[in-house]
Amino acid sequence: MTTPAIPEGVKRCSTRKFAIWLAVVGAVLLWGVYAMFLVWYKGLNQTGMNDAYGFALWIWADLAVIALGGGAFFSGFLTYIIGKKELKNVINYAVIIGFICYSSALLILALDIGQPLRGWFIFWHANVHSMLTEVAFCLSCYFGVLTIEFIPVVLENPKLDRIPFLHHLSHNLHEVMAVFAATGVFLSFFHQGSLGGVAGVLYGRPFAFREGLLIWPWTFFLFTWSAAAVGPCFTVMVTWLTEKVTRKKLVKQEIFQLLGKISGWMLLTYMIAKIADTLYWAVVTAPSKGFALMDFYSNNPVYGIWILIAELVVCGLVPAFILISRKGRENNTMLITAMILAVIGVCINRWVMVLQVMAAPLLPFQEWYMYMPTWQEVATTILPVAYGIILISLAHRYLPVFPQEKELNPGN
Amino acid sequence: MTKQARHTKTKRYGMVIDLDRCTGCGACMVACYAENNVPFRKDESDKMLSLNWLRVFKVDNGKPFPDTEICYIPKPCMQCDGRHMEGHSPCVSVCPAVATDYDEPTGVVSQIYTRCFGCRYCMAACPYHARKFNWWDPVWPADMEKYLNPDVSARMRGVVEKCSFCYHRYQKARDSAYVEGRDEIAENEYQPACAEACPTRAITFGDLLNPEHEVYELSRSKKAFRLLEKLKTNPKVYYLTAKNWVRRKADNYLEGESPADRKPAHKAETASH
Repeated sequence: MTTPAIPEGVKRCSTRKFAIWLAVVGAVLLWGVYAMFLVWYKGLNQTGMNDAYGFALWIWADLAVIALGGGAFFSGFLTYIIGKKELKNVINYAVIIGFICYSSALLILALDIGQPLRGWFIFWHANVHSMLTEVAFCLSCYFGVLTIEFIPVVLENPKLDRIPFLHHLSHNLHEVMAVFAATGVFLSFFHQGSLGGVAGVLYGRPFAFREGLLIWPWTFFLFTWSAAAVGPCFTVMVTWLTEKVTRKKLVKQEIFQLLGKISGWMLLTYMIAKIADTLYWAVVTAPSKGFALMDFYSNNPVYGIWILIAELVVCGLVPAFILISRKGRENNTMLITAMILAVIGVCINRWVMVLQVMAAPLLPFQEWYMYMPTWQEVATTILPVAYGIILISLAHRYLPVFPQEKELNPGN
Repeated sequence: MTKQARHTKTKRYGMVIDLDRCTGCGACMVACYAENNVPFRKDESDKMLSLNWLRVFKVDNGKPFPDTEICYIPKPCMQCDGRHMEGHSPCVSVCPAVATDYDEPTGVVSQIYTRCFGCRYCMAACPYHARKFNWWDPVWPADMEKYLNPDVSARMRGVVEKCSFCYHRYQKARDSAYVEGRDEIAENEYQPACAEACPTRAITFGDLLNPEHEVYELSRSKKAFRLLEKLKTNPKVYYLTAKNWVRRKADNYLEGESPADRKPAHKAETASH
């Protein structure tokens, strides 16, 4: 008797339906792959970037997916280091989402450099003073850790699990996972932070520049804190979306609420620090360079003060207060809405720290620089989303990702 | 080589541009293009895609006719010394692959094209937009390749380039001095193409630390200022003007602040080098 590829005791859609689903998402993926090859073949002239916008949509996407993928390291930290054992019910998915986010980030980085074949120079000719060097090293190492964390999940596929060597490998990897979780936390602290440092050290760009502690600008710590706060929200959001698509409950509501509570307090403390940072920047840092706060939020068609309010209040304080209140967490609509707002908030933060930095004029005789991405940039930014959906679909179908699925869906 | 080059005094090469003399003719830009093998495309209307190492900006005082006044501001790379005058210019410290170099003996910031992998972090860091990216492969009109300067390497698509104060001219001058057994080069032996081409002698170039060089006095003039001085990038390109409205165009001032309140452009730190 052959072992089925689908885990025991769970129900999955027909192969035909699954194939159609994969074909639809695969078409989007192919569109992105075509754009990717255009960029590699013809160069960065295929983008809407210019000399004012050295960094644009791709770097934003990079920063955003890495922040959202922060659910992997922070959930791992909570599960294996702090000992929140109930989070084992969501840790597999957090790792898969993290793996997708980080592999996407590396792909986007490979696209975003003018000489892709020289990408290895960042390791070979490393400049220890550059935040980007720190990003490259920590990002690559952490991706390695995520791959190691992902392997035992893959090996739990029923067909693979029948092979004794793979079965034991998977078991042993599970045993030592705390070591990798700790390594992941250490690496994540630095690469999330150094991504914040990328903007914060730019002392020639008053919108981005921040003072800090020793060599690290405040953005270093703010980026790490915000990724830890919002990463779990993204994990819950994707799990909730998976539940909607599969029409099944996959994780118990208490787990969502626990993650919501932790995220809520993380988000609130982050917002206090972020607001303090913004105030200091607006009152001390920017004026010392000749800029008043409103210089950065006026005389242009996009960046009004609304974006600061949206980031700090609507997508910052509001979700934080919802998530720290028991009533807010117990109402599923409120819980998910708060998490979506928090995810949007961190995306806005990463956007302004990349795009608004480039847009704001510095010399008084210059205008705001506006930018419109080309379809090639958009397609290659959607490409990781399609890739993520495919990987999640395959993982959900063939791997026992959610330990509580059988219990929550007894009729299957 | 049979003898070792002897140690020479540290220099800080810099430029002083007299805006009250500049007519905006653009000869400096043309000279720069020709000297440095800077490629150009058929359509150069989008200046943020142009590979201009030196760009002349036209600014006005914002007043209607007949009170309108115009000023032209040539803007090469500012060759920043950095916040602490130690070469950590905005672009140098951020480059992840050490493709941006600060030359300690001269203070010239240059780009190593074969090292650059095109991440463009230096462009994001530079407040002057002095750094240019090769969005396309360089193509010159037929036969024009024969006129390329053999002393300057052409750059490929996907790397960043910028004004180097015609550093190859410095190298040539040093080589000549060495052959002649001299340690130092004279002021007129090393001049960038833009300074040479300027018909009104608006651009003066030399060692900012050498009292015998013209730029020494000019950079210490009461009329001297630098672009965006409040950012503390410490550029080595100085400007001269007697017009207050022009100075206001060079930096950002909060309400109630005035260029007249500023300290002289030339910082004491420069002299101590």
